[in-house]
Amino acid sequence: MSKQPPSPQLFASAAAFEEEPSQAAIPAAFGRNSWKSLGWAKKNLFNTRLNTVLTLACLYFLWRTIPPMVEWALVNATWLGTPDECRAATGACWAIIVEKHRLIFFGTYPYEQQWRPFAACLLFVAMLAASGYRPFWRPWLAAAWVATLTAMGVLMWGGVFGLTLVENDKWGGLPITLMLSVFSIVLAFPLAILLALGRQSDLPAVKALCVGFIELMRGVPLVSVLFMASVMFPLFMPDGVVVDKLLRALAGLTLFTAAYLAEAVRGGLQAVPKGQYEAADALCLTYWQKMGLIILPQALRMVIPPIVNQFISCFKDTSLVTIVGLYDLLTAATVATTDPEWRPFFGEVYVFAGLLFWGFCYSMSRYSQWLEVALNRHNRR
Amino acid sequence: MSATPVIELHKVEKWYGHYHALRDVNLTINRGEKVVVCGPSGSGKSTMIRCINRLEAHQAGRIIVNGAELTDDVKAVEAVRRQVGMVFQNFNLFPHLTILQNLTLAPIWVKGAPKAEIEEVAMMHLRRVRIPEQAHKYPGQLSGGQQQRVAIARALCMRPDILLFDEPTSALDPEMVKEVLDVMSELADEGITMICVTHEMGFARQVADTMVFMAEGSVIEVGPPSQFFENPQSERTRQFLGQILQH
Repeated sequence: MSKQPPSPQLFASAAAFEEEPSQAAIPAAFGRNSWKSLGWAKKNLFNTRLNTVLTLACLYFLWRTIPPMVEWALVNATWLGTPDECRAATGACWAIIVEKHRLIFFGTYPYEQQWRPFAACLLFVAMLAASGYRPFWRPWLAAAWVATLTAMGVLMWGGVFGLTLVENDKWGGLPITLMLSVFSIVLAFPLAILLALGRQSDLPAVKALCVGFIELMRGVPLVSVLFMASVMFPLFMPDGVVVDKLLRALAGLTLFTAAYLAEAVRGGLQAVPKGQYEAADALCLTYWQKMGLIILPQALRMVIPPIVNQFISCFKDTSLVTIVGLYDLLTAATVATTDPEWRPFFGEVYVFAGLLFWGFCYSMSRYSQWLEVALNRHNRR
Repeated sequence: MSATPVIELHKVEKWYGHYHALRDVNLTINRGEKVVVCGPSGSGKSTMIRCINRLEAHQAGRIIVNGAELTDDVKAVEAVRRQVGMVFQNFNLFPHLTILQNLTLAPIWVKGAPKAEIEEVAMMHLRRVRIPEQAHKYPGQLSGGQQQRVAIARALCMRPDILLFDEPTSALDPEMVKEVLDVMSELADEGITMICVTHEMGFARQVADTMVFMAEGSVIEVGPPSQFFENPQSERTRQFLGQILQH
């Protein structure tokens, strides 16, 4: 989080409160500050005729939209209750979220076992958060991830330690969305680097292969990639070889994301000055040393924004796996709206699902901004 | 000074597309010799020294460095690059690494030197170029002259037999040129083979054993500085010297 300095006006009024708690001082302080803000408004919002018109239009728009929204979402909302109570109220029906939250979060996972996906998600998010903390970027973090993923597998599948077996076609909701997006991002990233390097390669065969793959994947909608992975791919497999549906979707999503990421990485590679390549060559570094130690560390830092853009896009794209019959968060939310009793309140469910997606994407965005500053510290004097 | 040739160029030719960058370049440089290459811009000076460690590939002729001939063979190129250090016009330090890491990276990864040992060597070279106190800063925090001295120290950490300088002072502010030239003069006194492309004629007069003058991709004149400056043999050289020495 970037800390903005407190505005001088707020500061001044706070100081006034602290120093002079007398009754008379408060209105005086307010008065002074409101004159100041009036002056600012006059200078910036009402300085020309056009600006005055625009300001008034904006104020009118906000007045017409914000209060009704607040009334709907908060004031007149029903937080707990039955569908009938919701129908009687004029505001939002958040009761449907309370009623259906288990279905939205965990889909068709056996109801009494849903503590398991809950624990798995908690563990996963905690590890993701910990992995974002730079002092933890040590070899033991990899070991911790192996342990976490094992624990998650045990929790989700069960079949050991007295946990009942839950096949992954019963999984759904948040765990599917989180796992699909994180795994496809993590797998796509190294693949993307190889593709980007391959695209710049001097070896014609490697170059053609990488260009071909990238252009093919970029030229096809994700929906068709997922269909290919899910429907066509098994046709090419020998009899008896069955690749899991979840795994197929993950592969499709990974390849698709890798193609786009590769282009972002290539942008970074091109932005590294030629002199850096030459200096590495002159020092007799091998190709992989040059790329791994000199070029990629600089290239990747430069393209953090487009890379994160792709991550966010991948996270949201997981909602498309519904077309191959997987229950991601959004699909589970849709299913929650099919209950005839609660049918009229589907809007609230989508608002809630949207807020969840936004929460995850916004965290990624904020983290990337922080990371960019942290990693580019050496560029500042 | 023994007269063993360490660098030999025989009839070297290079084209960039249709542009003929090097024309029939022949040059022999002996061990310990200090060579200063000068000439107008576009004369092929930089191209020539970049061919010596194969940052550029020549298309005809032979280049032999320390007994190894430069060809497309990766092994030969590697053998040559291990013995040849290079200092660039724009320093080309690695901006994401500290000064010390810039110096130790190649010895550690290329030569497998133990970290503690090479760090000591690196500090020794930093003292030699008079900036040991900057070891833990990043290149972006240093002045141009300091960065170029780091670049020299970085090349030295690989223990090269030969040092190539590609216009090492051209990108520097005037007040920083001297500190770099001083370091280079000191190196010259230590007997390393040096080839330096530069316009610093004062430095050339003081340090060079041999002056090489190039124009339009050809070597026009080769000779000791006394003869080169006092009594140039070619009209083209006289013209060039007349232009750069008049101020």
